[in-house]
Amino acid sequence: MSSSKTAPVTPENHSDWVPLLELAAREVFELMLSCHLTVPASAPDASLGITSMVGLAGQLCGVLSIRCDRKSATLMASKMLGVNPENVGPELSDALGEVCNMVAGNFKNKIPGLSEGCMLSPPTVITGNDYDLHPLADSAALQLWLLFEDSPIVISLQIHN
Amino acid sequence: MNSVRALIVDDSAVMRKIVERSLRQAGIDLKQVFEAGNGAEALGVLNENAVDLILCDINMPVMDGMEFVKQLAGVTNAKGVPVVMITTEGSESHVVEALSNGARGYIRKPFTPDQVREQIIPILAGRP
Repeated sequence: MSSSKTAPVTPENHSDWVPLLELAAREVFELMLSCHLTVPASAPDASLGITSMVGLAGQLCGVLSIRCDRKSATLMASKMLGVNPENVGPELSDALGEVCNMVAGNFKNKIPGLSEGCMLSPPTVITGNDYDLHPLADSAALQLWLLFEDSPIVISLQIHN
Repeated sequence: MNSVRALIVDDSAVMRKIVERSLRQAGIDLKQVFEAGNGAEALGVLNENAVDLILCDINMPVMDGMEFVKQLAGVTNAKGVPVVMITTEGSESHVVEALSNGARGYIRKPFTPDQVREQIIPILAGRP
């Protein structure tokens, strides 16, 4: 669970961050939701209608997002609150935002220099999937497909170089 | 250990619930739990209520956790009350700043009840 030594923040080694992003997500789900994320055999064809986003600014600029379906979001919230899924109400957005915030924070804490040199925005949660994201700068994107309780989630890091 | 009156300060209501549950799972007997969504609200709570322990996020709207900790020096109900920061901000400079402002402990999110126990039980054991 400890931070591993990694390369400094440079544009050419973003792909090296994929394992760190996965580790950051795994730790959050294991410690805060008591569940293990697994890796799907292939990228699932799924409609994911809830998106949580946290902006990063400073040495690393970009957006980290987590997308999932409503059932998964409800299950995440229920695990965080310690209640049955049917008792999850308006806390759903708050819960998903916090998951994204913790993954983003945990990720940046694993990269030397980023912990101090990168700030996080408050999370934003979008419901619905009829939208396109248009980054306003040259950017690379890291994307991870994972399974949360057998349902797909996508974790993306859009990087503004 | 005597039962504890805790003030949990976080702009996420879900996170406040998680912190409360983690305190209970850590074996801390909570007599009363107060909640606040930011530092300014927390100062308002402390104007009306005495507490034994404060757990505080750093990144919050209106008044962040660092400013809140600084302002506690002038609050009668906060005199001698230990403050533990619970935050995603994990840098050494944040830890140093929080501790130099008067915080007694620092827990990084994500965390386990064991980490909460390790940080908070010794602090509570040392209180008058």
